[in-house]
Amino acid sequence: MADAYDKLIFELSSPGRVGWSLPEADVPEADVHKLLPAKHLRRDAPDLPEVSEFDVVRHYSRLSRMNYGVDTHFYPLGSCTMKYNPKLNEDVARLAGFAKVHPLAPEASAQGALQLMHELAWDLAEIAGMDAVSLQPAAGAQGELAGVLMIRAYHHSRGEKRTKVLVPDSAHGTNPASTAIAGYEVVEVKSLPNGEVDVDALARTLDTDVAAFMITVPNTLGMFEPRIIEITELCHAKGVQVYMDGANLNAILGITRPGDLGFDVCHFNLHKTFTTPHGGGGPGAGPVGVKAHLEPFLPVPVVTKDGDEYALDWKRPRSIGKLQAFWGNFGMLVRAYTYIRTMGPDGLRSVSDNAILNANYIMKRLERDYDVAVPGPCMHECVLSARRQKRLGVTATDIAKRLLDLGFYAPSTYFPLIVEEALMIEPTETEAKETLDAFCDAMIQIAREAETNAAVIHDAPVTTPVRRLDQTKAAREPNLKWTRRG
Amino acid sequence: MASRYIANTPDEQKRMLGAIGSGSIEDLLVKIPPKARLARPLGLTPALAETDLIRHMTALAARNAHADSHVSFLGAGSYDHYIPSPINHLILRGEFFTAYTPYQPEASQGTLRSIYEYQTMIAELTGMDVANASIYDGASSLAEAALMAHSVTDRREIVLSRAVHPLYKRVTATYCEGPGVRLRDVPAPEGVTDLAAARQVVNATTAALVVQTPNFYGCLEDVAAAAEIAHAAGALLVVVADPVNLGVLEGPGKLGADIVVGEGQGLGVPLDFGGPNLGVFAAKNELVRRMPGRLVGATVDHDGKRGFVLTLQTREQHIRRAKATSNICTNVALCALMATIYLATLGRRGLVKVGELSTAKAHYAASRLTKVPGVSLRFTAPFFKEFALKLPKAPERVLPRLARQGFLAGVPLKTFDRALADCLLVAVTEKRTKAEIDAFAAALEKAVA
Ligand SMILES: Cc1ncc(COP(=O)(O)O)c(C=O)c1O
Repeated sequence: MADAYDKLIFELSSPGRVGWSLPEADVPEADVHKLLPAKHLRRDAPDLPEVSEFDVVRHYSRLSRMNYGVDTHFYPLGSCTMKYNPKLNEDVARLAGFAKVHPLAPEASAQGALQLMHELAWDLAEIAGMDAVSLQPAAGAQGELAGVLMIRAYHHSRGEKRTKVLVPDSAHGTNPASTAIAGYEVVEVKSLPNGEVDVDALARTLDTDVAAFMITVPNTLGMFEPRIIEITELCHAKGVQVYMDGANLNAILGITRPGDLGFDVCHFNLHKTFTTPHGGGGPGAGPVGVKAHLEPFLPVPVVTKDGDEYALDWKRPRSIGKLQAFWGNFGMLVRAYTYIRTMGPDGLRSVSDNAILNANYIMKRLERDYDVAVPGPCMHECVLSARRQKRLGVTATDIAKRLLDLGFYAPSTYFPLIVEEALMIEPTETEAKETLDAFCDAMIQIAREAETNAAVIHDAPVTTPVRRLDQTKAAREPNLKWTRRG
Repeated sequence: MASRYIANTPDEQKRMLGAIGSGSIEDLLVKIPPKARLARPLGLTPALAETDLIRHMTALAARNAHADSHVSFLGAGSYDHYIPSPINHLILRGEFFTAYTPYQPEASQGTLRSIYEYQTMIAELTGMDVANASIYDGASSLAEAALMAHSVTDRREIVLSRAVHPLYKRVTATYCEGPGVRLRDVPAPEGVTDLAAARQVVNATTAALVVQTPNFYGCLEDVAAAAEIAHAAGALLVVVADPVNLGVLEGPGKLGADIVVGEGQGLGVPLDFGGPNLGVFAAKNELVRRMPGRLVGATVDHDGKRGFVLTLQTREQHIRRAKATSNICTNVALCALMATIYLATLGRRGLVKVGELSTAKAHYAASRLTKVPGVSLRFTAPFFKEFALKLPKAPERVLPRLARQGFLAGVPLKTFDRALADCLLVAVTEKRTKAEIDAFAAALEKAVA
């Protein structure tokens, strides 16, 4: 039964309640009105709730129960790698020597933090076959921006003014968005019906005005690009840099490396492949790796090692600059480092093996009841199309909602854009066979219901705290904050 | 060796392969050309057992000075404020912690409700109409504000006070490189923006004037006067402000800001060596459709019951692609949740108390430290919880000695501004005690003697 709780913290407020404990002032003058000019001061206290500590704990505990998370539900959200987030990582990240270190602490007093960053950068470089890695980008999209800006700086350093970046129509939205911010015209290239790059069409598009080709490997249909080496060679022959969106790295750990495939740049999503928790939308970390010719352009500062001493190197005149105020999402770096040390090289390889096995198992079990976007084998995720169900009036959205009632989070829907009614399913290696079977049983049940009892799908979800929500009203009459009138 | 994070046993693998109709996992890799395959194992450190790994990580952590091992006066954009205990317990609830962006709202009402609360609290503190669900950090929030001002005004120049955090300026410069937006400086020789100079620099090509209050040096800016200068030229006023101070300080929106950005780390987010942080972003209503990042709105469900969704998504990359208002996708939702729980816990009176205590202790520290012979305040403008302290001896010679005595004395300003090579930026939060400040003053006196 759905939890009927329907409160916002403001609605629990009772004047006079407190949830905090702060000491009394121990210095002679504590009156801000005597210390600061009145024109800077707030006239009235901010309208924040007044609640007890236990009110807070109960409220947010109850809110949490209105969510599905990986800890509680199978979460097959394609392209997001919703794997188990190890508890050990959380213990380690909370050591005071990590969590309570100030970013501007003297370098001599932060050697452990710098060592961790230095080692992690090298581990990621080895995993991706790259020559250098910056840990600074805060997420995949920022890694993309950093990568494209480095490509831009590289071309400029050679006196070349290339203006376009090619991005497949199957790409994630951040690829064109980041490229545009980096100042490039985005040229969308049409994929073949099977999602692969149309190599002949690409060859015709490549010219001296193209700065980069940006692709995702495995692609967003969950398939390895079979002609990838040919593609990177073709690009390089025209002076075009090749960028790999590394969101799908979970498929290829220890199997193949972007650098060996000919990529010049690649970003990592530590919140996908390397188990840092998604936290309801972030934070993540999006380190970016490059080949040697792009190294001078890395964001500043770069963590260096000289003998046994670690330092931040700011003297990099050709750097693209900075992406965040400090050095990167260090808390996430600690978790990723812990994970890599937990798994070791063999463990990481078996991550990809089992991620691939699980995705293929799901694809096989569902191939009779749903159309597969591209025949297998697939890599770490599989893309189905609900076009058959659509003809019966059941869309990918409907299927997603029905899955919520059956106890599963939904696959990614309508991505990639080139697959009609796309359902992108990524089970990850951390799920057990019985979970995959239960999910497949649910999917097959929905396919049957689409034929015989579509109403139960259209009504879904009915077990969640709310039923389907009016998106149109939300956008037409934006209500973006709580106000007292209730 | 089996891994505790992978469930499949060899027997289960065999049965799954049988169902697939493949002889081995290797058979599933047929699309990868042989010459693309890595022919050796990855050259990484072998797997460590949990107990060995904890030992290794504890040893690494032990090599860092931190807010519990030292008395810290470090600030410059990252502050050691009080973090109420429930925050950590609540964010660790797996339903919050291990959820993705709330794409399926019916199964994500917990996250969506908390973001709606967050937006409400940030709008209230900043004095703005709307706040988004977060940007990565204060610096990237400012960069996004600069790009937004450029697109709203169709002008190509951002004027920044030199008292804006220098690292924020570098991030803004990085983001402005591609779109060809130029940055211009306004001097702040006395620790606050020279508004007469600003009036000269801001003109019909200016998309936005940017000031920070309290600024990088801890001094308070005249936001209303800056707004008047920006608006007279048809430019936007962007204000960088730290929301933890806004229990005491007036919300910049009330003083004329069009966009308020800032670092929300002080709202219950750990220092974490500088990240993850919390990029706060708030704006006036008329700018909402040009805002970067996610927005949560209230609506109703099929039965008319209140519910929450991600809304106005046509601004975002997954819909608008190359024409999106920003490339941001993953943000820092969990840090926003920490801030929400923090603000709920501190509430109406607690946040005021944090601001009052920080101000009082900072002012006490300033008066106590300037009693040390040769030590003085570099600027005379009113400051909030942070100030530039001029030392009679080079800070780089003083700091290591103080660190050995257990004090992280402040951030040397030399790397940010050569003209301030003899200065230390000292931050004092409500966590510092009079006894700690007195001990610091005594140690400083010996160190500079
Ligand atoms: C294929 C792909 N590329 C890029 C991204 C963007 O990464 P992030 O959300 O970390 O910015 C994502 C994730 O959402 C993705 O799935």
